[in-house]
Amino acid sequence: MMRFLLLFSRQGRLRLQKWYTAISEREKKKIIREMTTMVLARQPRTCNFLQWKDLKIVYKRYASLYFCLGVEHEENELLALEIIHRYVELLDKYFGNVCELDIIFNFEKAYFILDEFLMGGEIQETSKQIVNRAIESSDMLQEDDHSEWYEVELFG
Amino acid sequence: MSDVVEKTLTALPSLLSLDSQPGSAKLSSNSKLGNLIRGITELTSKHEEEKLIQRELLLIKEQVSSPNTTMRQMKELMVRAIYCEMLGYGVSFSYIHAIKLAQQGNVLEKRVYLAVSLFLNEGHELLLLLVNTVLKDLQSTNLIEVCMALTVVSQMFPKDMIPAILPLVEEKLNHPREIIRRKAVLALYKFYLIAPNQVQHIHNKFRKALCDKDPGVMSASLHIYLQLIQENPEGYKDLAPSFVTILKQVVGGKLPMDFNYHSVPAPWLQIHLLRILSLLGKNDQTSEIMYEILDESLRRAEMNHNITYILYECVKCIYTIHPKSGLLEKAAKCIGNFVLSPKINLKYLLKALTYVVQQDPKLALQHQMTIIECLDHSDLIIKRETLELLFRITNDQNVTVIVEKMLDFLRISEDDHTTIDLVGKVAELAEYAPDNEWFIDTMNTVFSLGGDLLQPDIPNSFLKLLSEFDSVEEDKKLRLFAVNSYISLLQGDSSKLPQRFLQVICWVLGEYSHLREDLEPGVVVRLLAKLLDMKSSSSETKCWVLMAMTKLCPGGAALALVHDVSETYSSSLDTMLRQRAQELQILSQDSELQAKVLPRSASMEPVEVDSSLSFLDGFVSEALAAGAAPYKPPHQRQEELSRSKLNLEPYGLSLPISISSCSITDRQSPTLLSISSGLSGDSTDFSHKGSTALKLDGVKRLWGRDGYLAQKEQTEEAPRIEAASAVRSADQLGDNNALNSQTPNPTPSPECDQEKQQLASSLFVGLASQSTPAELSALSHSKVTLLFSKQNLDVSACHVQKEDSVVLVVFISNCSDSFLHQIRLQVDSEELETEEYGAMWLAFSHDTKQNLTLIHDGRDPLAATLDVLKRKLQLHVVEIIVEAIVACCLQQDQPCLMHCRMHAGMLAVWLRSPVPDLPDCLLYCCQ
Repeated sequence: MMRFLLLFSRQGRLRLQKWYTAISEREKKKIIREMTTMVLARQPRTCNFLQWKDLKIVYKRYASLYFCLGVEHEENELLALEIIHRYVELLDKYFGNVCELDIIFNFEKAYFILDEFLMGGEIQETSKQIVNRAIESSDMLQEDDHSEWYEVELFG
Repeated sequence: MSDVVEKTLTALPSLLSLDSQPGSAKLSSNSKLGNLIRGITELTSKHEEEKLIQRELLLIKEQVSSPNTTMRQMKELMVRAIYCEMLGYGVSFSYIHAIKLAQQGNVLEKRVYLAVSLFLNEGHELLLLLVNTVLKDLQSTNLIEVCMALTVVSQMFPKDMIPAILPLVEEKLNHPREIIRRKAVLALYKFYLIAPNQVQHIHNKFRKALCDKDPGVMSASLHIYLQLIQENPEGYKDLAPSFVTILKQVVGGKLPMDFNYHSVPAPWLQIHLLRILSLLGKNDQTSEIMYEILDESLRRAEMNHNITYILYECVKCIYTIHPKSGLLEKAAKCIGNFVLSPKINLKYLLKALTYVVQQDPKLALQHQMTIIECLDHSDLIIKRETLELLFRITNDQNVTVIVEKMLDFLRISEDDHTTIDLVGKVAELAEYAPDNEWFIDTMNTVFSLGGDLLQPDIPNSFLKLLSEFDSVEEDKKLRLFAVNSYISLLQGDSSKLPQRFLQVICWVLGEYSHLREDLEPGVVVRLLAKLLDMKSSSSETKCWVLMAMTKLCPGGAALALVHDVSETYSSSLDTMLRQRAQELQILSQDSELQAKVLPRSASMEPVEVDSSLSFLDGFVSEALAAGAAPYKPPHQRQEELSRSKLNLEPYGLSLPISISSCSITDRQSPTLLSISSGLSGDSTDFSHKGSTALKLDGVKRLWGRDGYLAQKEQTEEAPRIEAASAVRSADQLGDNNALNSQTPNPTPSPECDQEKQQLASSLFVGLASQSTPAELSALSHSKVTLLFSKQNLDVSACHVQKEDSVVLVVFISNCSDSFLHQIRLQVDSEELETEEYGAMWLAFSHDTKQNLTLIHDGRDPLAATLDVLKRKLQLHVVEIIVEAIVACCLQQDQPCLMHCRMHAGMLAVWLRSPVPDLPDCLLYCCQ
């Protein structure tokens, strides 16, 4: 099970945070601080895994953005890397050639995509098409009050 | 228009109620949020940012509470609040508005569920307000509303309110839409995690979900099953065939294309199934039905190089379930590929070798050179994983090298968690200590590196070990060595030493410094007094110092010092410290009493302790009659303390060894001391302060009455067992390859001859044969019989029947302490194979590295240089691997291993030998 997902920039600025277990605000801040310092201190050409307390930290850098996933110890770390990659692909598909700015200015969209992809710390839907269809339909729904039509689109 | 918005925002922020542009993602950088973000990036200092955000928050606060704000604006405000919170600013005022919006909004604004789920978590009190909304949405006919409600429920929901919505969620398991069923299953999974007993009754429905016609729902239900099976593997054995069938279908590509990930069929589903299978097949015959599909999975994953994650999971599964030899071989090969891979993420998996080591140490030997390279890897994480692996293959011959590597790592590691873990491992490995000096030195390093992070049982078991020696010469030597080493430490700069270490030093000096006859107790007392004056010393350490002084009881000039000290501390505010000081004062004045309380030549027999303290009964009843409060056990007091949340720190201070005159009975045993101190009647609580008290129960008795001595013998005389070759096939040639190798045995054999032979044969099987242990032990073989024994040399043999041959296996074991015999055997055998080379490499501790210039005489410079070395040093080449050349040199009956590799036009030579000076001498020859 995943415990948290953090997105932060090379300067250590948090771009997105998602927690899958109940953690106090203070603890969250502490974890964020530790993760950014730990991950940013990593040299190039080192492996993408870290140990932190009882968790495995799997991180990957895409351009200027770091994706950092905390998973439980028995999880497969190679697969966790694929989770990050699939999330990036989903973002890419939605924004079209995604860059850090897209995520900064539309971070709520990034959350919506994440919620369709992962649920309660587990993988929910891995298909790019299905996730994207769900997000786009809800997007249109926001602009238009006649929601029934889009419902057909989403579930049809 | 965006310009207008921007100007207005800066000029009259509070009046601004223009709507942002919703919808298109690309446009929203013009929104208010966009302005906020851009505003922040333009700022230069943290202080300015703080000011800007505070202003923004005020603005948001004003707008959310204004009745004129529309729903849509509200939603936009929430997004901005989320952003501010992400930057680390408190936005708790908006929580209630987020919930309100979720309640009132129509389907458009339902997405603020997101804000709610980000702001609040399971424990938050405002969540109760959300229950009603969730209830309403779950009953909605609008699918999107139901979806959102389920999503928010699985993110966070108050535990106590689960029963309220459980029936509705359960109902959703029968929903015609696949997506709803799937989300409902995941929500139930979440409920199971936070409140397992609430969903007990719907286990049947989980089964139905597992059989759902939609693969998405089925795959969601596996999360629940993985959890259930982890908790109770026995209860779900009957499902194993179903899981195998599902995996077969997935691997066979029977799922819709939607499930593919980069043309791999449903990898997440596959990994889930593999994990479930490994739980079900662990130590169980159900494994048999899994072999086929595991083989198939492995084969398919191997065809496509990208899917290492499946390979890795397969390998883990194969090594967890009931072993099957063919599969184990394939899995081992897979791990070999990981280890050799240039990809760093796969190198990280070298810890998977530990699985292999447990089954078949031979394979680890093959990778010894890679392991050594990883040990020097620039990535600390890889290095650490390598140490983890080495930890598991440590024996008493390579322990010094491995512990040295671990300590090296500890010196550069900055992570507390790693330090604690590794320090514990080193302390555990110190069990294999080759000699006293090494043991004490290693423990010293452990104490100084581990500092105060150290697990408390490490110093405890160390002291227990020192104290439990029997009165043989050995223990005296060890204690004396410890005393010497501590005296010299204290004479140096002791201010950097961690508190725990100082406490250990105090105890040892107090107990054993009299063993060193040339040492005046006064000298020790002066050294100890220095610790009292140090600012960094905690009062706990000071107590230990005072206790040590009490035991030492000096005469002469130091007595005055003792008086000063006890004078100073008997008025201390710390009650424990004061008590120690009083004891010191009284005992130092009355040498007769001191001798009685702390007899130096205490018998080794433990003194009977009246642990029920019955002799105090009269006192207790008197006190109770006089109105004293009844005694409460420590845990009860602790509970009350935590309830009242009072800081009672001074009373919490405890001392491991109380020297109150009524409690000290036995000078030698800290076990008894701690018992008596725990019962000594004052209100100090010992049991809950486990970190400071010498809690000795449950500590492994490493070197018991004979244990340490036995180990000493083993390590010093290190019986070498040579599984030498001799193949006398009865009717046809035996498996030459398998048996014609001779391997130095890395583990000491037990004293008993018979056991030694058994060990030899099992090791022989494990190391030298091509087959797995499981396979060879399955072969029938005759009883191992002793052929002849001369001095320290035993030769024994047995027949092993293989499918196509009968083989005579000869064991030669050397139990003398001389090294020569073994060497001669190796010289006779003349060749050393890469695996044995690897084994020896790890066992030898003295090494030297140097770069040599290559010889250029027209040929391959490498070969030329090697030829020269070969002639000069009489070495023989074991194997030349692509760029790393492995050569072995045997000279003057002393082995010396050489490892060369080409590097930047130079030949990097690395020599290792058990003889300290040999590598240096040889290198000198090379030049």
